[in-house]
Amino acid sequence: MTETFYDVLRRQGISRRSFLKFCSLTATSLGLSSAYAAKIAHAMETKPRTPVIWLEGLECTCCSESFIRSAHPLTKDVILSMLSLDYHVTLMAAAGHQAEKQLEDIKKKYKGNYILAVEGNPPLNEDGMYCIEGGRPFVEILKETAADAKAVIAWGACASYGCVQAAKPNPTRATPIDKVITGKPIIKVPGCPPIAEVMTGVVTYMLTFDRIPELDRQGRPKMFYGQRIHDKCYRRPHFDAGQFVEQWDDENAHKGYCLYKMGCKGPTTYNACSTVRWNDGVSFPIQSGHGCIGCSEEGFWDKGSFYDRVTDIKQFGIEANADKVGGTAAALAGSAVAVHAAASALKKAKKSDSAEKVTGGN
Amino acid sequence: MNLNAAAASLENNPETAAGKTVYVYEAPVRLWHWLNALCILVLASTGYLIASPLPSVAGEASANFLMGYIRFAHFAAAYVFAVGFLVRIYWAVVGNHHARELFYLPITDMKWWAGLVRELRWYLFLEKQPYKYVGHNPMGHLFMFLFVTVAAVLMICTGFALYGEGMGLGSWQDRLFGWVIPLLGGSQATHSWHHLGMWGIVTFVILHVYAAVREDIMSRQTMISTMIGGQRTFRE
Repeated sequence: MTETFYDVLRRQGISRRSFLKFCSLTATSLGLSSAYAAKIAHAMETKPRTPVIWLEGLECTCCSESFIRSAHPLTKDVILSMLSLDYHVTLMAAAGHQAEKQLEDIKKKYKGNYILAVEGNPPLNEDGMYCIEGGRPFVEILKETAADAKAVIAWGACASYGCVQAAKPNPTRATPIDKVITGKPIIKVPGCPPIAEVMTGVVTYMLTFDRIPELDRQGRPKMFYGQRIHDKCYRRPHFDAGQFVEQWDDENAHKGYCLYKMGCKGPTTYNACSTVRWNDGVSFPIQSGHGCIGCSEEGFWDKGSFYDRVTDIKQFGIEANADKVGGTAAALAGSAVAVHAAASALKKAKKSDSAEKVTGGN
Repeated sequence: MNLNAAAASLENNPETAAGKTVYVYEAPVRLWHWLNALCILVLASTGYLIASPLPSVAGEASANFLMGYIRFAHFAAAYVFAVGFLVRIYWAVVGNHHARELFYLPITDMKWWAGLVRELRWYLFLEKQPYKYVGHNPMGHLFMFLFVTVAAVLMICTGFALYGEGMGLGSWQDRLFGWVIPLLGGSQATHSWHHLGMWGIVTFVILHVYAAVREDIMSRQTMISTMIGGQRTFRE
């Protein structure tokens, strides 16, 4: 029989006490009540573990790097013991033909029962030749592996939205995985990279509850992407008060005022940075004095400067923001009105002038 | 009807003969117009200040709420604007036929096109006199439709979508308008379109006020007093 998570953990020498601690921490991080800790524990003790296949396409491995830094050591152990048993290009021990055989074996043995986690995306130009793995285009491997998966997780901005390799002009036609994979539930976990605890949280939720977390309109788990950075930012009181950093390194920056005017994308970015934070909850960009760059939003590389509040829009062929486009239109209308009014006044004056002449002639 | 025949029938409309007075805009329409004007004034100025806030205030954050008040004014005016728009739609159904002009363009009517051409030539100083109309002239009608009705719908949709972000997932604003955000390519892009919409309306207001004042003086019919008392009087 297939091992349960708990078996794997015990085999690795993890105590029951640590295991239970992990369960309550997971329940908390998923926003569930304490009663769920017991449910998670029960699920992990009894359910056969679900294998996870982790594929990497066009990407920089920052998702994996973030993932292995998951703060609570046990989280890392749980997930790694599962993943290292299965398939993860960067982390697994096997290489070459052995590794590829491993992938084939899992796909056969757990057909329709494994979770596919995808880091990066497939480039479609030149028949996918810009990303070759084991001698084949990544897009083919992705489609095949997805076909027999139970569910698909899109790790990071690459898999979810395309990220930097899909930024204009996107020479390789890097494409988010949901445009390539059809007929499978896809959970988007955007971010560049996503927060480690968010990643382990999503995987744990799926493995323990045997279902995908509740998703929002854009396919992101509501529990982590339900609110904007701005909504839970510790600098929010300064925003409401009207206290802003006016320029880098000014007095207000030292006081920790709101970075809104410096182009912080917190008000338009959905992520858990301001609550979960990074590196074991040490900090997050805004706490370090720099605005959010909106890395978990769609196409964030093409949405204008990281340092502008009113960002440039490129629909008009020129790079200008709404104030420049709209202000110019309003100014043009104003000048046109002034000129037109002057011309109208002249016309009317002439008309009454000629009318007077006509009257005078009589 | 060809363009020339259409023009001839416009020229000799007995309804707009000199000295005639017609009741055009009913009280709810006039009230809505001025309430709307006030809302737009508040919305545009506070909206601009939300995108480009005032210089920072001094003191403790807990002692200040400037941005909060500006945003509150924006949201309150937005609710009045949106409810006003809904009531205005209701009045388009039950009011007189002039109340309906805002919500459609008679693009199949040759007379309307003839009037539009004439109005354009009038503004280019190529005509001695414009035609007279009981309701909007075709140019005014076109601008009203685009910059009042269409723009209001866009501003209400993008505005409530953005407001829904603050109200949270599952709020009625989110459920009714949340689809707008992914459609426009994210929250930041939605902000940009909402901001552009503001400039579109500001540009319209400049032209609208100018045209109203100018035509009151130059086009043989009352304009400004019509939106106050509802009566339009035609002059020679």
